[in-house]
Amino acid sequence: MGKKLLIHNDHVPNIHTYEVYRAHGGYASVEKALKTMTPDQITDEVKKSGLRGRGGAGFPTGLKWSFLAKPEGVERYLVCNADESEPGTFKDRYLMERHPHALVEGMITSSYALGAKTCYIYIRGEYFYVSRILETAIKEAYAAGMLGKNILGTDYSLDMYVQVGGGAYICGEETALLESLEGKRGNPRIKPPFPAVAGLWGCPTVVNNVETIAAVVPIVNMGGEEYAKIGVGKSTGTKLISASGHINKPGVYEIELGITVEDFIYSEEYCGGIRNGKKMKAVVAGGSSVPILPTDLILKTAKGEPRLMTYESLGDGGFQTGTMLGSGGFIVMDEDTSIVKNLYTFTRFYHHESCGQCSPCREGTGWMEKILQKFISGTANESDVDLLWDIQSKIEGKTICPLGEAAAWPVAAAIRHFKQEFIDVAKKKEFKDVKHYFRLNNLVETA
Amino acid sequence: MGSQVHGTQHFDQAKRAEIKFSDAAMATVQEMITRYPAGKQKSALLPVLHIAQAEFGGWLSPETMDYVASVLHIKPIEVFEVASFYSMYNLKPVGKCTFEVCQTSSCWLNGAEDIVRYIEKKLNIKVGETTKDGMFTLKVAECLGSCGTAPMLQCGASFHENLTFEKVDNLIEKYKNENRLKSYTDLDYQNTL
Ligand SMILES: Cc1cc2nc3c(=O)[nH]c(=O)nc-3n(C[C@H](O)[C@H](O)[C@H](O)COP(=O)(O)O)c2cc1C
Ligand code: SF4
Ligand code: FES
Repeated sequence: MGKKLLIHNDHVPNIHTYEVYRAHGGYASVEKALKTMTPDQITDEVKKSGLRGRGGAGFPTGLKWSFLAKPEGVERYLVCNADESEPGTFKDRYLMERHPHALVEGMITSSYALGAKTCYIYIRGEYFYVSRILETAIKEAYAAGMLGKNILGTDYSLDMYVQVGGGAYICGEETALLESLEGKRGNPRIKPPFPAVAGLWGCPTVVNNVETIAAVVPIVNMGGEEYAKIGVGKSTGTKLISASGHINKPGVYEIELGITVEDFIYSEEYCGGIRNGKKMKAVVAGGSSVPILPTDLILKTAKGEPRLMTYESLGDGGFQTGTMLGSGGFIVMDEDTSIVKNLYTFTRFYHHESCGQCSPCREGTGWMEKILQKFISGTANESDVDLLWDIQSKIEGKTICPLGEAAAWPVAAAIRHFKQEFIDVAKKKEFKDVKHYFRLNNLVETA
Repeated sequence: MGSQVHGTQHFDQAKRAEIKFSDAAMATVQEMITRYPAGKQKSALLPVLHIAQAEFGGWLSPETMDYVASVLHIKPIEVFEVASFYSMYNLKPVGKCTFEVCQTSSCWLNGAEDIVRYIEKKLNIKVGETTKDGMFTLKVAECLGSCGTAPMLQCGASFHENLTFEKVDNLIEKYKNENRLKSYTDLDYQNTL
């Protein structure tokens, strides 16, 4: 069994309540931090831990914190990114639903480190019921003196609020999230300035993922150096992976970074192998945005080394033969899966979720969806494969935010590794009977 | 005043005069405004729109949006801008229960399409339509964070996961009997994670 630091108390009944959480060692990091450490010491421990952002990009958390501007007399904010909308990703939901106090505790300790007097958890609107669980936990923490004025008798005071979104993937992008938190459309901002300098209401702000903030708890408790001993190289600590698709045991697993992909997919401790005795065809390892890899390349790198669940190993070979750890949304596809159709669901998603500010993203995602629709309705030609390739190649690096890239990468990877399948579909004109649907928000007519 | 809302719907001054939050809803709204620094009450807009949608029939009419603008002391266009951006706000009337079936990758791999077709047949409506009795609206949605318990649909605040045709039958039966608006706060969720 691998080491668990975030959901180790999964088996404990009522661990979502303050009382039980506290009885199992909860809020020790708040006591330690507020009573024995300076804010800068905490940031140092986070730096030493090697913790990298768990929202997808993997940016070193301690470094990000050290960029926070601290002008006199100006409020600073910590905002937790609980927007979790990347297809294939449901680990933050699991953590918040079952261990809400782990997030609340992490928010308190992190806010103290950053000198924030108010912090917000921005959660996607569809997770409304989870926001209720968090609000209950926050209420309990206030009642226990872990939030509010003079926490644990120190001179540190903190308020924490949950804000629900309105349904928009783009609000996971940190500047779009801040716009949304200000009550506006989720249009990403042009950077710089970065949120660390001008974020929420123009004030210095740190935005971190749910899991990143929860990981601060064990880091403060055990010390950064101890935490860094877990994992391999620059991939330290544990990571929550949400596994779905054609596996025997879909679910959320906490792994030690560094186990092999093969172990993760086939061992009984984790995914338990492919369903119905089928063979595996492909894996999307880190949420819909990262390149899909065929079986041989997900299990072994191009150099023939076993692929590990780490940022570096999954990235080995660049986008030619590698992928990314991303958000930890691990989607497994069996031998009967149509890569073309799966790609269509992704591309439709990005088209739907593009905020529309940049033409390469707004138009490009729409064109790609239309062409893929031709494939699945049996009207595509072989030349459409090249057209698709051409469009995706013109998005990367030309947009305000990375959603454009997130839409282009899956298309590029699917064609790179499964080009023949696209050609076959075009030739055989398969999928004639397949219907497809469009999300008709705001267009719903009463019949 | 009314002409400032450029929705797809007609603005009715008489209807607008009738719109008012219940005391309980108003108290929640006022509390929400205190969560933000003075003068930043616009930040409460998204949650307040959810409350408004739940209070006033499951959708945001131009009159409702105008009212929300007046409560938050912002311009009606600021409300419409937001309401039309986010997918959870309905700008046209919907049925009492809106089924949103996830159709993204993991759900598709697990038969989401069959679920959509089954509901279409069973309710005799197409995606985007509402049943004649105003009971059900069928929509498709993108990944709702239930990929490990696919296929799934959301109705109100509830996630219905690991769907089968039988589960869909039971759900329709149950909601027909309950016969009330399932707003986003309405939770009969069974934890399956
Ligand atoms: C289109 C898009 C969607 C994103 N969605 C999320 C999300 O749902 N949750 C998240 O934590 N980060 C998301 N991110 C990454 C955030 O912008 C940001 O990098 C992250 O919240 C930083 O936190 P971390 O350093 O703790 O990972 C998204 C980025 C993009 C471009
Ligand atoms: S890349 Fe797409 S989502 Fe991002 S700002 Fe541009 S249009 Fe909006
Ligand atoms: S793909 Fe349907 S919930 Fe994620």
